[in-house]
Amino acid sequence: MKIEKIIQLLEAKILCGHHRINDDINNAFSSDLMSDVLTLDSENILLITGLANVQIIRTAEVAEIHYLVIVRNKKVSKDIVELATALNMVLIESPYSMFKASGILYSNGLIPIY
Amino acid sequence: MIALRFIIVGGDFDRAGTASSETKKILKQLNIDPKVVKRTVVALYEGEVNIAAHAFRGVVNISVSDHQIQAILEDEGPGIDDISRAMLEGFSTASPKVREMGFGAGMGLPNMKKNADELLVESIPGEGTTVKMIFEF
Repeated sequence: MKIEKIIQLLEAKILCGHHRINDDINNAFSSDLMSDVLTLDSENILLITGLANVQIIRTAEVAEIHYLVIVRNKKVSKDIVELATALNMVLIESPYSMFKASGILYSNGLIPIY
Repeated sequence: MIALRFIIVGGDFDRAGTASSETKKILKQLNIDPKVVKRTVVALYEGEVNIAAHAFRGVVNISVSDHQIQAILEDEGPGIDDISRAMLEGFSTASPKVREMGFGAGMGLPNMKKNADELLVESIPGEGTTVKMIFEF
């Protein structure tokens, strides 16, 4: 699924990584527990999270995750966007809940990693 | 042989992860297998978060030789009373603040063990903890 489609399906706003909206991804994982994210073996996935702190970017960086959706209308700070930009990540904000965002993406073909 | 040294400040979650980030850049420049780089930086990041979450301060020393990466994380802090319990998945003494940040689920040390080829944890309660990890490539 293209990032552009994810943005459209989630009525989301892209904060950085605009040049990657045509990137295609197959898998996603939803979690507010970064410890869980750090145990994943999969890469090139979309991370859907309700957290909006700098550690989501640090976790994504070490876990080789380049695409993040922040749900529940949480707002990230300018510093977080700058860090994500420097790391060439795509950061998206959606007003939807984690359940709704995950459900929409799942029903449109995004695959769980397990 | 390449040696790196980072200072970690207890409670500073804004900067926790910067040592792992810098290490990742350098390991990539050294053309080390991306799988080894990922294992190393995930384990290192877990260690950094542990220091930020539990200790007053810590030092991370990384050395890279021809076939291995060695990471030694030494902190001054409360130490670990029972290391075998701390190694159990799900056991945690993290504060609510740490949990709100998405950590403190008792998965850090087990995940470090999973990612490292060797893990050695030594601790003196009331003084601090030393974690040594080796990653072979």
